[in-house]
Amino acid sequence: MALKIVKGSIDRMFDKNLQDLVRGIRNHKEDEAKYISTCIDEIKQELKQDNIAVKANAVCKLTYLQMLGYDVSWAAFNIVEVMSSSKFTYKRIGYLAASQCFHESTDVIMLTTNQIRKDLSSPNQYDTGVALTGLSCFVTPDLARDLANDIMTLMSHTKPYIRKKAVLIMYKVFLKYPESLRPAFPRLKEKLEDPDPGVQSAAVNVICELARRNPKNYLSLAPLFFKLMTSSTNNWVLIKIIKLFGALTPLEPRLGKKLIEPLTNLIHSTSAMSLLYECVNTVIAVLISLSSGMPNHSASIQLCVQKLRILIEDSDQNLKYLGLLAMSKILKTHPKSVQSHKDLILQCLDDKDESIRLRALDLLYGMVSKKNLMEIVKKLMLHVDKAEGTTYRDELLTKIIDICSQSNYQYITNFEWYISILVELTRLEGTRHGHLIASQMLDVAIRVKAIREFAVAQMATLLDNAHLLTGNTQRNGICEVLYAAAWICGEFSEHLENPMQTLEAMLRPKVATLPGHIQAVYVQNAAKLFATVLRSQEGNTDRTAAQETSQLMIDRLPLFVQSANLEVQERASCILQLVKYIQKLQQKDVEVAEEVNALFAGELNPVAPKAQKKVPVPEGLDLDAWINEPPSESESEDEKPRTMFTREETKHSRPRHTEVDEKELAKRREVRKQEQASNPFYIKSSPSSQKVYQEAPGVDHIPVVQIDLSVPLKVPGLPMSDQYVKLEEERRQKDRADKKKKEKKKRKEKGGRRGKRDSGPESEEDITPAHMVDIVTEEMPENALPSDDDDKDPNDPHKALDIDLDRPLADSEKLPVRSHRSSEALKTMAEEVEVVAPQEAKKKGGKEKKEKKKDKEKDRKKSKEEKKKKKHKHDEGEEDLMGGQTEEPMVQSETTNDVVAPPPTTTAEVSDLDFWLSNAPVPSNSQEVAVTAVTAPAAAAAAAAAAAAAAAAAAAAVPPAASGSAPDSEPDEPKDAEVDESKSSKHKKKKQKKEKEEKDKKKKKKHHHHRHHSDGAGEESVQNGTVEEEEEPLPPMSNYCLLAENSYIKMVCDIQGNLQDGSQVVVSLIFENKCDSFLKAMEFNVLDSLNSRLQRPDGAGPHDGLTVPFQLPPGVSNEARFVFTVKSIVMPQKLKGTLAFIVKNEDSSTHEKLDFKLHFTCTSYLITTPCYSDAFAKLLESGDLKASSVKLEGIVMPFPHLLARICFHHHFSVVERIDSCASMYSRSIQGHHVCLLVKTADQTVSIDAKCDEPSLLSNVLDEIKLTFSQC
Amino acid sequence: MIKAILIFNNHGKPRLSKFYEHYSEDTEQQIIRETFHLVSKRDENVCNFLEGGMLIGGSENKLIYRHYATLYFVFCVDSSESELGILDLIQVFVETLDKCFENVCELDLIFHVDKVHNILAEMVMGGMVLETNMNEIIMQVDAQNKMEKSEFFPFFSLFADVYLSVYQAGQVDTGRHRRGARTRRIRRKEHESPRNAQEHQHWRHQHKSAKLTLLQIVAARWLPRPADVHQCLL
Repeated sequence: MALKIVKGSIDRMFDKNLQDLVRGIRNHKEDEAKYISTCIDEIKQELKQDNIAVKANAVCKLTYLQMLGYDVSWAAFNIVEVMSSSKFTYKRIGYLAASQCFHESTDVIMLTTNQIRKDLSSPNQYDTGVALTGLSCFVTPDLARDLANDIMTLMSHTKPYIRKKAVLIMYKVFLKYPESLRPAFPRLKEKLEDPDPGVQSAAVNVICELARRNPKNYLSLAPLFFKLMTSSTNNWVLIKIIKLFGALTPLEPRLGKKLIEPLTNLIHSTSAMSLLYECVNTVIAVLISLSSGMPNHSASIQLCVQKLRILIEDSDQNLKYLGLLAMSKILKTHPKSVQSHKDLILQCLDDKDESIRLRALDLLYGMVSKKNLMEIVKKLMLHVDKAEGTTYRDELLTKIIDICSQSNYQYITNFEWYISILVELTRLEGTRHGHLIASQMLDVAIRVKAIREFAVAQMATLLDNAHLLTGNTQRNGICEVLYAAAWICGEFSEHLENPMQTLEAMLRPKVATLPGHIQAVYVQNAAKLFATVLRSQEGNTDRTAAQETSQLMIDRLPLFVQSANLEVQERASCILQLVKYIQKLQQKDVEVAEEVNALFAGELNPVAPKAQKKVPVPEGLDLDAWINEPPSESESEDEKPRTMFTREETKHSRPRHTEVDEKELAKRREVRKQEQASNPFYIKSSPSSQKVYQEAPGVDHIPVVQIDLSVPLKVPGLPMSDQYVKLEEERRQKDRADKKKKEKKKRKEKGGRRGKRDSGPESEEDITPAHMVDIVTEEMPENALPSDDDDKDPNDPHKALDIDLDRPLADSEKLPVRSHRSSEALKTMAEEVEVVAPQEAKKKGGKEKKEKKKDKEKDRKKSKEEKKKKKHKHDEGEEDLMGGQTEEPMVQSETTNDVVAPPPTTTAEVSDLDFWLSNAPVPSNSQEVAVTAVTAPAAAAAAAAAAAAAAAAAAAAVPPAASGSAPDSEPDEPKDAEVDESKSSKHKKKKQKKEKEEKDKKKKKKHHHHRHHSDGAGEESVQNGTVEEEEEPLPPMSNYCLLAENSYIKMVCDIQGNLQDGSQVVVSLIFENKCDSFLKAMEFNVLDSLNSRLQRPDGAGPHDGLTVPFQLPPGVSNEARFVFTVKSIVMPQKLKGTLAFIVKNEDSSTHEKLDFKLHFTCTSYLITTPCYSDAFAKLLESGDLKASSVKLEGIVMPFPHLLARICFHHHFSVVERIDSCASMYSRSIQGHHVCLLVKTADQTVSIDAKCDEPSLLSNVLDEIKLTFSQC
Repeated sequence: MIKAILIFNNHGKPRLSKFYEHYSEDTEQQIIRETFHLVSKRDENVCNFLEGGMLIGGSENKLIYRHYATLYFVFCVDSSESELGILDLIQVFVETLDKCFENVCELDLIFHVDKVHNILAEMVMGGMVLETNMNEIIMQVDAQNKMEKSEFFPFFSLFADVYLSVYQAGQVDTGRHRRGARTRRIRRKEHESPRNAQEHQHWRHQHKSAKLTLLQIVAARWLPRPADVHQCLL
């Protein structure tokens, strides 16, 4: 004992464990970095020891340090060592460390392949689990390729714990190795119906992730998901599925129509807010996808908006936020419905939570109208003044501009008001959006001609007060507006009242502190102003004024000539020389104004931003072709500096006067260049050191004390936008009064204060703009292409997963198994190892991969071989680590076949989907369908069939031959009627919804029955067209059969074997509430027999009932599933059971019960399993099977129809069909093979059957016989 | 998809970080800092969603967080996750931690990051939600811990008996704060040297008695109708 203590403490002394490390770090707050570096040294020592426990401890500490931001990639190899420990404890530490710090470029990852594979196949489920968890974090394309097959096998593991992890990780594998998607998909799909809810949820999760990126490939799964949606009670799964449907509906409007109803039901019934919210979201998506044609779609919109309003009004900020978020989605398509909640949204603008304010701002965008725009913007301006954080303020600013400029200034009635709003916005300090305001100013001034005079006046004042805007330029983006102001004043200088004053303002020395591109515009526009001034002054008799102006230019321009900015410099020196020349002429008393003005003559038209892109390339012009021989490298370098200018020139300065003085300018430029070149003191930068300081990078962080002005900056002389609001109000009132004198009184009430509120579209039209505004549309090149640019990110990893999943699998697509160890590969490996150094090998591998992607289809096999080779190269390292393992000759390459699921049939699935979407009513319609069942039990099958057609389609059990085939004619009249009836009930439903009145059911049914007989034929043919290319559709079939019913409830059931577990049978029960009361506390119980028993949760007694996990409001049906365990499956079984439930009325509640008998037929133990004809032949040849046969007389139905029935009702699949003879196959859940040979001749059908279990076979044959005797 | 799960305290010290996409260590720290910056300046009674983490993925992603006593639990998710669902998930996570650590407080997370990671691994795998049922999670975690204990483990359990006796001898007088104290002490004991364990225990008790455990605070804090949100999971 004592020895142990001593040894323990010695151990401790040497090994600091994680807790010690943490404590140490906490105790060394001052010199943490130093302490940690000593710890890392210790860890390095520990890692050198042989003891795996010490290593694991060290790795554990490294994981912690990694979290603190220390790079631990140097220990990657040690992590791999710890991962490969045989002890779970260490393994877990290793995998955790790996998951935290391994990534694709970690080179030791390739050493882990074998270790991971070993762990995956470990008998201990937690070893496997830990490996899967780790792998999910660091899976690389190589690992994904090598392990895909192993993981796929794990998807059918007996432990649900492993299954769900394996299913989840497949998503990562798909991302890294897209080729694995198609082979793995069938199994993934299978997992959607896994008995374990965790596995099911994982599969839903993965498919939803996949479908979100490439929804169109997953449309065919819609029926299956639909079934899950209506049957699942797990909210997580429901949310995922509902989200998925939201992604699918835009692709298939019919799906949306189908969804609306169950979703609205869910919205009404669920109490979980998260589910409600997602339902509303998806309903919105559906409504967006259905542009029109939904009769009751305004009702759905109303429901959504109403529910969202409840969310927004909730005191929970989270719900409020989400409500606003969803509301903004509705806004895009149904602005009217949102507008009625304007009050609420404006209220949210005042919320203390910034996120909520931002969301409310988004909504405002759709709230505005001509009428309330000014009012709303006024409110926003108030917020701008109050806002503290710059982000929120900037957001407000952009929103104001967005709102005003939306749809080509549609809502602006008074542009003077808008300009003054823009000017007021320039008072914002420190905003990043100066350029946004600037471009708005330019846009409005250019496009709205009527406003130019006003705009110019405003801009002139802005320029005059430029010092207010340029407080500290480096932080202040607002000085961008000066760019616009200068340009507008210059371009439209004819509107200036006092151009001379503006010219002086533009040439102030302080301008030199502005950013270069603004200075450039200043210089250019000073020249324009100069021209205007000259013209006005030359009109006068006093010549001296004009000369003084020239002198002013000559005095001030040198400031710009010295500018550091090349653009400014060049423009300034051009203009300076020009003005000097003008001065000379002036001194000779020559009139120059006209010529100078000619420099800037002509109107500028706005050009659409995309115009350049849209100019179509003329035919026969190849822009990529060389005009001359490609120049040598050195030549092209000479051209490069020119690009420097493009950035500044892109905006609004354009050379418009190339012909004037071109020669002279060119000459002068030449001279100047030579001068500069020969001047040794000429360096790029200018003497203005201040400027350099500003432009130097990294000065941003120098703290600048911001002067807090308690009084908001007010640019003197600027009109406040508020006064426009008042003016506008008055003007509108006046307008109204003038227009409708008769209705004057009424109008006035509406006007004034209350008139601000939106009073509908009618009055909207009445508002006439203050100015007759001509909004110039932007110019586009002739015959521009209308196409919109599709800018998808080519690097998106999900793009590779855009794979058609319905196409049958080709042999070459099968996942690689551990084939690289096969003898052939070994040989190649030996060769390679000799020749290629490992690094080269890696490179080559990369190349091969690229190649492989290029012609994936073409020579997949070939590249696969290459891959194998490549794999060997890096196995060298592995061998070191794993010892002799890799040498083991394992010839497993052939095992691929049984792993890969057989190909699903494309046509069948597509038409299934079509069928599902066009024909089958929504399962929840069964309440209606059931109406028919009350009176005619025989019809129930047909009706339920329609309801369950979705299930049928989903299962895809019907092979193409069967689903595609159809009977020549309906066997008998009554049948026909039944079909009609089920259809009529569908119609009836719609009608009912519309009218919302309760009628006598029988009466109604009769009525419809009648109607349908009259036009039944026509309707049928229409439906045919949508379903199949063949003559007539298969009558709807269902496996759901009536179990029991009374006046309160009806139960239909379907019994299916469970593929995963040979001893389980899943019973799907649809409960339907037939009365007007609420059914609750339903308890399902069955008297177990020796052979079959109901699976009850742990801890429940053998006679306890199971609670049905839902309640039924009146008229609603829902599905629940129960699992039974069976021992022997060779005999059919009958189980007695009871359903107890409480019927709750408004005033009373009573206990009721319903007895039933569950009939487990032998058929229900069979599972549709596709089989290839060669495998089938082999099976028959093997001689293990016992034969039996049966003859059916008087069968009138066509052969394909007959096959379809066998397939559907008895879970067979057609292996081969030749004329009137077909072989079929099925398998029981316990693996018995059942083979049928069906022949038909003259209404006689003979079935020869073989099976390895004779009693099972005879029972199945009896059941088949029974099926056909019933029809 | 969940892009990252971060736990840090009121001062921005990381207590757990799990990134489901690779970033360099520096970027990770930057992300943690940025996230802390965004989250910490928000009031207690504003909504738990946040846009604008620029580093992870940008605009498509959202930060969903909850603040428990001294810790922030932040999930960075993309648009495929349900916002309210993730809020529930955080609650489940914390409740699971509470069950596994017996009244979890920040100290448990500080000293047992590895265990927290193991618990998290049973809930979220590779960025996707694996399990939301708390009992199932706890069952799996316990089973693995049991397995760990059954293996030879020189750091923790080998000398547990010895420490236990020594520790109890020293603790007879001091360790009587609460009823559950003894069992907890034994749990602590596995990995603390006696002296430090005592210290730690004392500290822990202070915290616990000050009602600083995460969940107690949560119960006191205004919470968005927990019953309703919970229906989603339980």
